[in-house]
Amino acid sequence: MSTALVTDLTIFVLALLVGIEVIGKVPATLHTPLMSATNSIHGIVLAGALLIGVTAHSVLGYVLAFVAAVFASANVVGGYVVTGRMLKMFRRRTPVEKGPGAGE
Amino acid sequence: MSSFDTSIQLIYVLAAACFVMGLHLMNSPATARRGNQASTAGMVIAGIATLILLIHSGSVTGVGWTVLIVGSAIGSAIGLFAARGVQMTAMPQLVSMFNSVGGGAAALIAIYEYIHDEGLRSGVLGTTTVTTLLDVIIGAVTFSGSIVAAGKLQGLIPGQPLIFRGGRLLNIALGVVIVGTAIFMLTTASLPALVIVLLAALAFGVMMVLPIGGADMPVVISLLNAFTGTAVAMAGFVIANWALIVAGALVGASGGILTKLMADAMNRSLANIIVGGFGTGDAAVALEGAADASVRAIAADDAAIQLAYAAKVIIVPGYGLAAAQAQHGVAELAKLLEERGIEVSYAIHPVAGRMPGHMNVLLAEANVPYPQLVEMDEINPEFARTDVALVIGANDVTNPAARRAGTAISGMPILDVDQAKSIIVVKRSMGHGYAGLDNELYTDPKTSMYFADAKKAMQQLTAAVKTLVG
Repeated sequence: MSTALVTDLTIFVLALLVGIEVIGKVPATLHTPLMSATNSIHGIVLAGALLIGVTAHSVLGYVLAFVAAVFASANVVGGYVVTGRMLKMFRRRTPVEKGPGAGE
Repeated sequence: MSSFDTSIQLIYVLAAACFVMGLHLMNSPATARRGNQASTAGMVIAGIATLILLIHSGSVTGVGWTVLIVGSAIGSAIGLFAARGVQMTAMPQLVSMFNSVGGGAAALIAIYEYIHDEGLRSGVLGTTTVTTLLDVIIGAVTFSGSIVAAGKLQGLIPGQPLIFRGGRLLNIALGVVIVGTAIFMLTTASLPALVIVLLAALAFGVMMVLPIGGADMPVVISLLNAFTGTAVAMAGFVIANWALIVAGALVGASGGILTKLMADAMNRSLANIIVGGFGTGDAAVALEGAADASVRAIAADDAAIQLAYAAKVIIVPGYGLAAAQAQHGVAELAKLLEERGIEVSYAIHPVAGRMPGHMNVLLAEANVPYPQLVEMDEINPEFARTDVALVIGANDVTNPAARRAGTAISGMPILDVDQAKSIIVVKRSMGHGYAGLDNELYTDPKTSMYFADAKKAMQQLTAAVKTLVG
């Protein structure tokens, strides 16, 4: 096993444990926004999709880069927008009933 | 590692730290929005680092830039459109679709790395590692599985378990093909083998989700979420990018935890759910001995009297509430009761809705303040001192039969609705299926049944309470 792989594995395992620790504290009330938030976080795959461009110099490479970029950017943009939209609805007390709130 | 590469990696670490902070801030509704902002900031940082990397490499062709920019623009527009327009009831489908494209993108990265163009020219395929293969397999399973899950949630594919003869055998065969071909690929570079693995994994994803019923969807979505995270982490291994590894691991952990919570809340093992054949949606669980028991039906006025003169009311919402779009109606009724000084709270079972925490979002959208949304373990002791428990569209999670051994839902954690002093169940007409009466709560002498569509029922109840106390 190469040193690089060992380093990567170490990072992976530690991140997994951090994830378990942090996410275990999220209340059930927020589980849907949580899943949506993690959804947007895995949109980081966009970085990987864009990096295909560094070596892509053939039609097949371009096609794969294009599809991956479409998928990943839909994931990241949609994920963050919808999480924000949901979290905005969680309020401690009902605000004034009238107004733009009903337009959502 | 050159100092440039080091700097980029450090920026990626910063982005990863933002993701962890963001998730940490989600431990309370009060700070959750800041959490999402922290996470967004991390993503922007990672995006900038990636752009710098692309420019610095100097090897992205003009076509390459066009492809990346146009692709990202189209994807962003799709994502934005979907996120802006989605109804909160349709949230599980959207999350499922995001899982799908995330897993798909991760798989494409590994596929590209495998068939690297320079490698092809010299007749040698790119490096094959276990992580590359895992990325392709998990990513492809997630991609097709999530599309099927979204289709089921949207009603495009029948929600009940689709089981056909030989299905299980086909799954095993697909599994053998995937593993066998993957092992072959570890020693021999072969493009056809990659195609076989990819197609088999896509087919496996479809076959895995098809037999799973509507009521089990919260588990499936969580599981596919965990898969997506793992696929992204594997993509991080393939291209040696720490940000992808950390982010993927975080998502994998989250999806894993939610999967376990959901499975526990139904007292089912994951294997049992995947094998399928039980979760028939709004499942009718037949129980012996209850068939000839009679129920007490009441009208809106009677229900209104009970509610208006109660001191403490607990509302128990189920998926039926969301299906009837009655969340705004129930919030209005609750508000009216509160104005009379009645203590109102909502009892939320972990699997109420079609994804973890779904019911909370639906009620939050209807302006229900989140402190009123109480989790099962906290609210259960409260039922004993509750005057009226108002059950709307919830069924199995209130069935006292779950406490006994020998029933289909035995051992499932339930809301102790039957402990309340009186119970009102809002349900659509039971019509023909009355003989197969399934919920023992309905025949409890303390229970009255109010047969109506949930949305109409809420309007009538609100009107009746208003006239009563006018």
